[in-house]
Amino acid sequence: MADPTPPVATQAEAPETTETAVRTLGRDAWHDLVRKPTFIISAVLFVFFVTIAIVPGLFTSLSPTDCALALSRQGPSGAAWFGYDNNGCDVYTHTIYGARASIMVGVLTAIGVLLIGGVAGTVAGFYGRATDTVVSRLGDVFFGIPLLLGALIVLVSFPGGADTPQLVTIGKVVLALAALGWPQIMRITRSSVLQVRSADYVQAARALGAGGTRMILKHIVPNSIAPVIVVATIAIGGYIAAEATLSFLGVGLQPPVVSWGLAISRAQDYVRTSPHMLLFPASALSLCVLAFIMLGDAIRDALDPKLR
Amino acid sequence: MGRYVARRLLQMIPVVIGTTLIIYTLVWSLPGDPFAGRCGARPCPPAYVAAMTDKYNLDDFWLVAYFKYLGNLLTGDFGETFQGLSVGEELLRAYPTTAKLALVAIAFEILIGIGAGILAGLRRGSYIDNLVLVSTLVVVSIPVFVIGSVLQLFLGMRWGIFPATVGGDASLYNLILPGFVLASLSLAYVARLTRTSLAENRRADYVRTAVAKGLPQRRVIGVHTMRNSLIPVVTFIGADFGALLGGAIVTEGIFNVPGVGNLIFRSITARDGVMVTGAVTVLVLVFLLVNLLVDLIYGWLDPRISHG
Repeated sequence: MADPTPPVATQAEAPETTETAVRTLGRDAWHDLVRKPTFIISAVLFVFFVTIAIVPGLFTSLSPTDCALALSRQGPSGAAWFGYDNNGCDVYTHTIYGARASIMVGVLTAIGVLLIGGVAGTVAGFYGRATDTVVSRLGDVFFGIPLLLGALIVLVSFPGGADTPQLVTIGKVVLALAALGWPQIMRITRSSVLQVRSADYVQAARALGAGGTRMILKHIVPNSIAPVIVVATIAIGGYIAAEATLSFLGVGLQPPVVSWGLAISRAQDYVRTSPHMLLFPASALSLCVLAFIMLGDAIRDALDPKLR
Repeated sequence: MGRYVARRLLQMIPVVIGTTLIIYTLVWSLPGDPFAGRCGARPCPPAYVAAMTDKYNLDDFWLVAYFKYLGNLLTGDFGETFQGLSVGEELLRAYPTTAKLALVAIAFEILIGIGAGILAGLRRGSYIDNLVLVSTLVVVSIPVFVIGSVLQLFLGMRWGIFPATVGGDASLYNLILPGFVLASLSLAYVARLTRTSLAENRRADYVRTAVAKGLPQRRVIGVHTMRNSLIPVVTFIGADFGALLGGAIVTEGIFNVPGVGNLIFRSITARDGVMVTGAVTVLVLVFLLVNLLVDLIYGWLDPRISHG
């Protein structure tokens, strides 16, 4: 005794799916992306830099502590393509090892900002009213302090020494940047959540008796997170630049840590006689920032149907 | 209109209080002795410590001390630094230079940014358009301190076209190079914004009407399209001017410009709390007021937006 209805339903549906080949938004975006030169270039750069950050040993046989003062500030040569810095360390090795701290600060700050700003923005957008007012005004307060200035004050207030563990130094920079950077993500999350909140499927979930937490986790977050992720990706580039700027000013990462900002800061004093100390780490830094910004840009273009 | 301005001014109060409270707390509730190193190699005499503790209300609970400080601010008294310098006077001395530098930067944004944006927007997909897109992306990716150091190295030191540092003489010619460096990031945004806005408006109905009426191309673009396309650009430049008036720590530092950014950076590293809180308060106020002004101009440029 077979039930007659299921075969009928599959018969009616089967030809439809094969003829129109419905693509999901994600698949559609991917289809666009792999045909864009900017995406391919930035994705290759992204993979390249992340590989360097994870396994710097693959790219150089030297360690950043292999320095010989006799080689101090020698220019680029066949033996050392990027030359040597003031302490006689190989600039190429330092540039390779510098990727890890810089990218770590960028990615960790983005995660921190996503956590603080994402939660604040979702709560403000979903609950509205007084919650929204309080969170938004709080965001305004932090938004009014320029990122660099605020981070400077925070980092000067909690100075570290040469004996501070590297992770603590990195953590401080991440916290300082995340504490001041979250309103940007909060605002975008909030407006994205506001758009989704009144959608039919949210109303349906509400009518079925779903609670606030369930609605947020099952319906609001998955549907509003795409633009937030894109902005966070672009922001990683900005945070890497901010870290380098802070280290350049002498308050960000501190010397046992190897970073591009620190290398550029040291090069500043010898720029007239040995510009290679400045130019190579600066190029690596700019290329890395470019990779993140370009990647985010390409993904945004692919996800935004209005631009097609 | 009057009611709108009044409401906006009222909304500023919590933001200003919140911002100054954060800065005040960070600067004054630091761990450690505020008198460490103030009196040279020997410890400060008790009479000095007592006088200073009284002067800065250091014995009070921090919130009480903050409100005392806020009360002084309301009467226009920014206080004195540990060295007895009047914060108000120091700020007054630094502000003209920063304002001049900001104006030079804005001039670059208008000339190069809008110019490049128009060229790109009028010929979408052309060689020029792609050149503008790629070059702006590259400029956005290079951190300001890298652009500053590299341009200083080549234009200032190697080729000697512009003075490498500004120092005491902040003449317009001396400020050209720092002004350009300061403008570089926003310049790229202005170019992209102009391009997008222009390209959107070229498809607008009133432009088609103007073309159909037989108006010459120059009038269609110069009067009909441009006027409407530049509205968002004006807003952006206005807001940027507000931010630039807050001083540029990095640019002013590299080129040794005696402006507000330099003053703030020196005070932060010297842990001169009164100066930092005073300067940041002024900076936030200027930023908020310029933004209000921009919103008012926006309504005047585009009568469809009313602040009724």
